[in-house]
Amino acid sequence: MQARCVWLILVLAALPAGAGDWRGKFGVEARLFANEPLFDTQFEEQVAFSIEPEYFHEWDDGRQRIVFAPFLRVDQRDKERTHSDLREAYWQLSLNSAEIAVGLRRVFWGVTESVHLIDVINQTDFVENIDGEDKLGQPMVSVRWLNDWGTVDLFMLTGFRERTFPGNAGRPRLPLPIDRGATRYESSREDKRVDVALRYSHYFGDFDIGLAHFSGTLREPRFEIGLQPGMGNQITPSLFLIPNYDRLEQTSLDLQATKGAMLWKLELLSRHNFDGRSTAFVAGFEYTLSGVFDSAVDLGLIAEYVFDDQPITRTSFTNDIALGGRVAFNDVQDTELLTFALIDADTQTSLVSVEGSRRFGQSWRLSLEGRLFLNPDPQDFLFGLRDDDYVQLTLERFF
Amino acid sequence: MSRPSPDKLKMTRTLSVLCAALCFAVPASAQTPEERGLEIALEADRRDAGFGDTKVVMEMTLRNKNGDERTRQMRSQSLEVADDGDKSLIVFNDPADVKGTALLTFSHKEGQDDQWLFLPALKRVKRISSSNKSGPFVGSEFAYEDLSSQEVEKYTYKYLRDEDVDGEAYFVVERYPVDKKSGYTRQVAWIDQMHYRSHKVEFYDRKKSLLKTLTSSDFERYLDKHWRPLRMEMVNHQTGKSTVLSFRDYAFKTGLSEKDFTRNSLQKAR
Repeated sequence: MQARCVWLILVLAALPAGAGDWRGKFGVEARLFANEPLFDTQFEEQVAFSIEPEYFHEWDDGRQRIVFAPFLRVDQRDKERTHSDLREAYWQLSLNSAEIAVGLRRVFWGVTESVHLIDVINQTDFVENIDGEDKLGQPMVSVRWLNDWGTVDLFMLTGFRERTFPGNAGRPRLPLPIDRGATRYESSREDKRVDVALRYSHYFGDFDIGLAHFSGTLREPRFEIGLQPGMGNQITPSLFLIPNYDRLEQTSLDLQATKGAMLWKLELLSRHNFDGRSTAFVAGFEYTLSGVFDSAVDLGLIAEYVFDDQPITRTSFTNDIALGGRVAFNDVQDTELLTFALIDADTQTSLVSVEGSRRFGQSWRLSLEGRLFLNPDPQDFLFGLRDDDYVQLTLERFF
Repeated sequence: MSRPSPDKLKMTRTLSVLCAALCFAVPASAQTPEERGLEIALEADRRDAGFGDTKVVMEMTLRNKNGDERTRQMRSQSLEVADDGDKSLIVFNDPADVKGTALLTFSHKEGQDDQWLFLPALKRVKRISSSNKSGPFVGSEFAYEDLSSQEVEKYTYKYLRDEDVDGEAYFVVERYPVDKKSGYTRQVAWIDQMHYRSHKVEFYDRKKSLLKTLTSSDFERYLDKHWRPLRMEMVNHQTGKSTVLSFRDYAFKTGLSEKDFTRNSLQKAR
């Protein structure tokens, strides 16, 4: 961590100060939990700070560019959440109909809102947020080929990043501690394996389509339970979780049909991993009612269904319904609100989420996030989060 | 019933040709107001044709009825497309929290426009619905449809009258949006007779009452042909709010091509 910080500072100092452009944000967040924690290592409130600058420089008539985007989080309670990352740090060369990029990048695949099933390139920075939308920078060499008939991307992912997890003081977290030192890989090359991915994407009239194949190490770990024998004064053995990163072959399709105010969405995949072959999809729609009640407010209605037939050793979303609403106030402060209920059709275990934000002045933004865990079923991984309902307020300053 | 003889057919045809000739022979002043309105729109379109591509920096000042102001800054580039609507790419620069957000639009003479939004925080390109034409653009008094490519086919027209204002002669033309999703029932435009530039437009809402007035001024001519207002002010009469849109650093025929208006260029926009 310290070595990485020193390295970061060196790179920052080396960047030409005059050329290029800096932008970014810093913020303070406070999390308040509704209930007493399950574990006495946890707290009922948590304050954290983050900074995320981004440097950009372009030369050679715009044909070459570098992007450098470090990230730092300092958390009051959780040592694991105090962490830094290079979200992006790459050089890119653009030729007439091709592009090549080398470095750490963030790549997003997909169309749906409730889960991001096919988004496999980057590892999740899970300690940041349980919604899985924060990602670690992925080292890669990527080539993009631009054609009239579509875009082809080839990724060589040089090195695997382990998922981040909250520490003992972190909240919400899994009920057992995770021993990252015991991490196992199915690949004999462990985190040095070069994963590859290929993607084709294009649009045809109202349809946007993406076809992809990924061959490498699955970003989501399968946990095995480890046993720490009792030692010294402590006679009872303790349990912990061992992350296992299995190999994955995954072929996916993402499709969106934009028909007036209606967006039809589908993400579909077939995969082969440790658990054998399985199929998963998320399908649904978003329909926008614009100017409701004679105002400028847009109301988006979202409904998605998530299916996954792999054994429930990993994901909790096997037969889930997502219902949501998105409100865009279209005001000067860009006030937005997104609410979601993700309901397991078998167990009724539900996750209710609210995310809202509003700009203040010219460069401040205040965000509110709330998560509620309802009807937790002991079989569901959300059961471990049953007492972790929380509200989070974030104030960010953009520059 | 017997079939008409060939002679009879020839006769009716001659009559109809004669009739048509007579119709066309009436003086031009008897052109219907609809035809005259369309003619003015076509002429304005013809005069601005061939701009190729443009780049411009736009600044918006949003003012509420108490006089409080907020600004928006964006860069825009557009490409003229033969036989269809223009393509455009807008990149937001300010406020800082939307910096890097970009909007790509392929407008069409008929049917829905294609629109993609780039969200820099998630690195996500999202195809969005373009059906909400009447919604406000970034919280301003301009609706999406006010700023989208103004194609002749998007309206039907009716010429109202000639009018002299401060010694300049104007055509006053009424136009009706073809799209049912438009927020307007009609618009009344003042177009100068010398250069066919639109100086003022009144917008009437779905209840047919006056909603907004757009005043364009500080016209500049580019490449000896293309007139552009450097200032547009939209006043909302119903809310008392207004938005001033000013343009600077206009550049024409900068060498942009289709390749600069793709989902890939949207992701790379800064």
